[in-house]
Amino acid sequence: MHHSLSIVAQQLLLIPFVLACLMYITGVIFSARRQRSWSIFRTCSWTAGCILAGLAVAGPLASLAHHSFFHHMLGHLLLGMLAPLLMVLGAPLTLLLRALPVHSARRVSRLLRCRLFSLLTDPVFATVLNIGGLWVLYTTELYGAMHQNLPLHVFIHLHVFIAGYLFTASMVYIDPTPHRTDYRYRASILLAALAGHATLAKYLYGNPPDYVSTSEAEAGSMLMYYGGDFIDAVLIFLVCLHWFQAARPRSRQASHPIYQ
Amino acid sequence: MHNVKKMDYPIAVLYASRNLWSGFLFGLGLIAFIDEVVFHQLLHWHHFYDKATTNIGLVSDGFFHAFSWFATIGSLFLVADLRRRSAWYVKRWSGGVLTGAGLFQLYDGTIQHKLWKLHQIRYDVDILPYDVVWNVTAFCMLLAGLLLITRTRPKRIKEDE
Repeated sequence: MHHSLSIVAQQLLLIPFVLACLMYITGVIFSARRQRSWSIFRTCSWTAGCILAGLAVAGPLASLAHHSFFHHMLGHLLLGMLAPLLMVLGAPLTLLLRALPVHSARRVSRLLRCRLFSLLTDPVFATVLNIGGLWVLYTTELYGAMHQNLPLHVFIHLHVFIAGYLFTASMVYIDPTPHRTDYRYRASILLAALAGHATLAKYLYGNPPDYVSTSEAEAGSMLMYYGGDFIDAVLIFLVCLHWFQAARPRSRQASHPIYQ
Repeated sequence: MHNVKKMDYPIAVLYASRNLWSGFLFGLGLIAFIDEVVFHQLLHWHHFYDKATTNIGLVSDGFFHAFSWFATIGSLFLVADLRRRSAWYVKRWSGGVLTGAGLFQLYDGTIQHKLWKLHQIRYDVDILPYDVVWNVTAFCMLLAGLLLITRTRPKRIKEDE
């Protein structure tokens, strides 16, 4: 992509993350005014997520990503996996419901119960959007075209983030999620998603995308495989932790029916 | 330790299958982790990808890689769950670990390495002794695991009482 175009793309992509950060902090202030303090951990997590996503789409890393597949993959890990995870842990919907006046909050929660929202937070839908999108991006001419075309570049980067966010939110329920699915279902879909990610990573090692040299594809592929593992481990840990908490024995009698 | 003692056997009976599955998943995850750390990262014997790899080999590797990650973390949560119920029966659990580890190593050594040519154990050497040691070790773990599992069957525990 032409240098000036690349600067425009970077600035365009930075806007949503700056806004997200500012809106969250406004929410924290509004929530505090109602004398309901908001968790520092969640605030830090959301802010860190916004900063990492911002680093991935604008600045030196984004410029390097135009020329090097390794840096592109580093940006992808930040934008599509780590930033979404940190931002989901920030519980933005919970904050929104707290910061709004009661009648508006009711309207929002009614919106969350609609059918469209249940589709968006369905693990299968989010996985196809996320992992399917990656397969399309790296195994077709789309990857090469992305570097030439400004709207396409912006669209793909937003897609990577949004798909990553929906995927994470469909697996770990931090925010209110009216349409919940059970642990086994989520665990099996998560497993399939991780397998799809690992398979694609290894496939890219032997089959580089257009305009990517063999050595760069090898480095990028290994980063995707092992880097993905670390972030996935956190996701798996959270799913298991929630199961562990939900499966807590209610009482001694309940846990040892044999002693009754 | 919240290990099951003889007087607590009814608990072990109640949670016999959870003990077995938790051990099995942990064994599978553990052997995959050892494979990754020792043979890929430390010794550099295994290759990340060799040009002979078939596509089905890639998918199989992807699934096993994901599954072993999930199994390691999930099985440890199952152990924590068994412990808070005072139902962790280590002997049966260990049987599961050996069975899972042996089964995965045997699958890795025969189907993944040989049939789908994911990668070989080591390159530029006579591979036969490596394959033999690999698969015989796997077979021994599997046998020991199955022996432990049959010796800790719920039925047998009840008979002991």
